[in-house]
Amino acid sequence: MVSELGYGGFVAEVLSGLGVGLGDEVEVVRNGLRLRGFVMARYEYGAPDVLVLKLPNGYNIGVRIDASTQIRKLSSAVAPSFNPPPPAPPRENLPRVMIANTGGTIASRIDYRTGGVKPALTASDLVSIVPEIAEKANVSTEILMQVVSENMTPTHWTEIARKVDEFFRRGFDGVVITHGTDTMGYTAAALSFALQNPPAPVVLVGAQRSSDRPSSDAALNLLTAVEVAACAPFAEVVVAMHGWHGDDNVLIHRGTRVVKLHTSSRGAFQSINSSPLAVKTPQGLKLLTTSFHKRGENGYMFQPVFDERVMLVKFFPGMKPEALELLVERMGLRGVILEGTGLGHVASSFVPVLKSLREKGVFVGMTSQCRFGRVNMNVYENGRDLMRAGVIPLDNMLPETALVKLMWVLGKLGQKAAYEEVKNLMLTDICGEIGGRTGPQPLFTGEAEIV
Amino acid sequence: MYDKLGLKVGLEVHRQLDTKRKLFCDCPTEPAEGQVIKITRYLREAQSELGEVDPAALFESKKRKKIIYHINPANVCLVEMDEEPPHDLNPEAVETALQIAALLKATPVDEIHVMRKIVIDGSNTSGFQRTCIVALGGELVVDGKKIPIQTVTLEEDAAKIVSTSRGVVEYDLSRLGIPLIEVATAPVISSPQEAARVAQAIGNVLRATRKVKRGIGTVRQDLNVSISGGAVTEIKGVQELELIPLVVELEVKRQLHLLQVAEELRKRLGGQALPPPQYVEVTNVFQNTKSSMVRKKLETGGKAYAVKLVRFAGLLSKESVKGIRLGAELAGHAKAWAEVEGILHTDELPAYGITAEEVSMLREAVGADEQDAVVVVVDEETKALEALRAVYERAAQAVEGVPGETRAARPDGLTVYMRPRPGSARMYPETDIPPLPITHEYMEKILSNLPETLDQTAERLAKTYSLSSQLVQALIDEEKEELFEQIVRATSLPATVVAAALTETMRNLRREGYPVQNLSDQLLAEIFHSLASGLFSKEALPDILGWMSKNPGASIEDAVKSLGLSHVSSKELEKEVEELVQRHAAEAGDPRLVNRLMGDLMKKYRGKVDGKLLHNILVEKIEAVKQRS
Ligand SMILES: [Zn+2]
Repeated sequence: MVSELGYGGFVAEVLSGLGVGLGDEVEVVRNGLRLRGFVMARYEYGAPDVLVLKLPNGYNIGVRIDASTQIRKLSSAVAPSFNPPPPAPPRENLPRVMIANTGGTIASRIDYRTGGVKPALTASDLVSIVPEIAEKANVSTEILMQVVSENMTPTHWTEIARKVDEFFRRGFDGVVITHGTDTMGYTAAALSFALQNPPAPVVLVGAQRSSDRPSSDAALNLLTAVEVAACAPFAEVVVAMHGWHGDDNVLIHRGTRVVKLHTSSRGAFQSINSSPLAVKTPQGLKLLTTSFHKRGENGYMFQPVFDERVMLVKFFPGMKPEALELLVERMGLRGVILEGTGLGHVASSFVPVLKSLREKGVFVGMTSQCRFGRVNMNVYENGRDLMRAGVIPLDNMLPETALVKLMWVLGKLGQKAAYEEVKNLMLTDICGEIGGRTGPQPLFTGEAEIV
Repeated sequence: MYDKLGLKVGLEVHRQLDTKRKLFCDCPTEPAEGQVIKITRYLREAQSELGEVDPAALFESKKRKKIIYHINPANVCLVEMDEEPPHDLNPEAVETALQIAALLKATPVDEIHVMRKIVIDGSNTSGFQRTCIVALGGELVVDGKKIPIQTVTLEEDAAKIVSTSRGVVEYDLSRLGIPLIEVATAPVISSPQEAARVAQAIGNVLRATRKVKRGIGTVRQDLNVSISGGAVTEIKGVQELELIPLVVELEVKRQLHLLQVAEELRKRLGGQALPPPQYVEVTNVFQNTKSSMVRKKLETGGKAYAVKLVRFAGLLSKESVKGIRLGAELAGHAKAWAEVEGILHTDELPAYGITAEEVSMLREAVGADEQDAVVVVVDEETKALEALRAVYERAAQAVEGVPGETRAARPDGLTVYMRPRPGSARMYPETDIPPLPITHEYMEKILSNLPETLDQTAERLAKTYSLSSQLVQALIDEEKEELFEQIVRATSLPATVVAAALTETMRNLRREGYPVQNLSDQLLAEIFHSLASGLFSKEALPDILGWMSKNPGASIEDAVKSLGLSHVSSKELEKEVEELVQRHAAEAGDPRLVNRLMGDLMKKYRGKVDGKLLHNILVEKIEAVKQRS
């Protein structure tokens, strides 16, 4: 009982002696102050000898407990009993959308009594929190896994892809995947390769601001994701997230072109080297491009295997070539994606190592840490030398996407894949991840003043 | 009289702290000029695990608005925009709060836990206000009576509303995040005057820290007022101390009025509850109306709906004090819940171009007789119906007595309905900020470095500068004691001159309608420096202050020039006085000569030359003439 509260030492002793658990009402007399309150769980960073009390006015305070503190139990907690309303009867003529949860909290309820935030996971619970969903689609929900974003691995990608394939076969008109935001871009790229030309949209969605807060971006992102899954004209793997600080702009990004560019802001996700597919504004869903895989079009290919023996290596000034050599050897890598400087460079001291990797059949692809623009290794002599050593320039592919793609290519071609096959597939546009025109940078139109 | 009524008042005094940075980020707490960025947001409250519906939350969620935030990057960052987690509690603010706690003899908590208090009207971008209890259980003695202090709280100030219209509300984020100290008393205050004195005493404790902001909008007092048989009314946002007694007095009168009305209603209804409402469309009644107000609404697609309030005739416009009528209460609810401009009711009809014939048609349409009242709202159908629902609900409460409400204070001391009183506050921990332990050592340090209280300041000023106790008190009441000392120390000006100018002169100017709030401390200090350096005379000081207050941005030289106060050199002056005295040399023996000549000189030099200086020169010259003769 006490251990669930997180207390230790003297406080734990006192509480367990009194038989006090979470939410029980106690009276504490200390420093001449008589306090009534409810026992809260200990905050992980709190001092060890401090008891957290919720006062009747709703505030939490920390009270130090020592031998001179008097404490007695007044009453036991009443367990909250919330029953989400029964699911609304399915509406005819509305598309069927599966909302699959992989972790993170897209919707939640708060227990103001304990401060606990509980995720809403069932369809009826979700709909009771974001009721507008029911106007867009008949939704079902399924919990695929409970994994925080940074703990995701290629094995999880495969698992998610298999489930989505199953949802397609069960006839869903669209799939929404709720996902922690940190690595959502990687998962989006992975699913893009695993589920090529899908029969229905697969929409990854998350929240930059936690779903318990009234200002959370979760509800609007989720609502948009459901709408896209239900009725968008394109059937691709996409990410639906706020495009800016305001709630009037949700961007729909192609899964292979999107990255998280900000640690906390709502508009963290942006498309790089290509336009988002669409934008959702209060006026509706507006398409921003005409080249996409259409809903209902043929060509679906399911290929969910990833070979994890690949690394993404960021070059930095002074980096030792031996580091790369060591990595490949120790980890038994089959391929490396380099995140080079500018147009696609690493120091010329890397040439011998790269040559020997090429001889061993290890694929080395070049992307740029500039993020924007494409690599071009013909411009400078060093670039040409690197190419001669066997480095393959990967045009305007995002480093993260190139990494995921190489895992997928090696997974698809298997253990005996020929180097040339790998190279050809890496340079072939499979799902909008490589190539295309580069447009001009939008002009800054602020009232700039030269002083 | 108030004893008999069982008046109980509790106070919450809020005041902005004058820290360098905001409470949870590094933005400055000062206003700033500059272009703003606008962003649109919506708030939606996460549901309670208990599935409870809070009346105040329901109120806000019913009118979910589009919120537009104005962002000036000079004093707003991603934290205020709810785009970045809050930083740790500002140590300067915590220290100030603990000083205040110590001065109020309150016991600090052992660990400060920042909470999120749900507020979904848009005034906080996150949808909650961050707030924490710093200390509990202090006391303050006011006029010999112990006033228990319940809590000392530190919180972030909310954004300031810029405009509001149907469905849209706009806020400026500059103020959001400025540290705000809140001191709450127990509801033990028993008269309107006492409420003001307690508020002032608390204000003086806060000011002792020398870390509070001054001026308009930096202080807000909330009052909770109840009388026996009435209910607790929370009155928000009383800015001026002087207004407090009037607000309390009018709230008592309002509750008494409502109790009287309730008694009358119960008599008329014979102990029965108000019959359930029927909302009837009465657009037809007004199809040929001469009321331009109604016609305009109908022409733009509005509809007229009415509800009958059984046996309410005459009670809606019954007024025991100007402005306090049940009709106004109903209108307040209609406005707050449905955002309609107002209501019409039969107690005040025919009027506004509505004819007696229309009134009788109206009564007929809802089946009302002469003893009933009929309320009409003309607006979009949903708005009109929602407004009438609010009207009916409020009318039903009128039979019971006084409903507990949150109301907003108006500058005339009356209050308007804001929302229902919230249930127990919806709060949960701000997990982005670790709890802050308050150690024994830290408190010892604060206790041994407590600032001088204002009483001590008063004593010291009176002694050091030989000022009368009234003058010192005036300086403290006007919150000018710090500025006074600063000026007196930096110039050679006599203390009484500075003190009188900062108090009496400023008060007179304010009374005459000069916008003296435009005179910042810095500007005042500059004006006194100019006086000390002889740019103008002390007689001209009131004119200079008045002129400067009306011409913000102008320089003191501008004031001197435009008031025609250009400087007279002492040489010129001596020469002129010498000549004048020479002309009256024959009368040098006359003791009244000084006064006579002084009168003439002052006519010419008032404002340009210090009177005392002039007097000295004159006496000197007359003596010289006497000596020679
Ligand atoms: Zn800031």
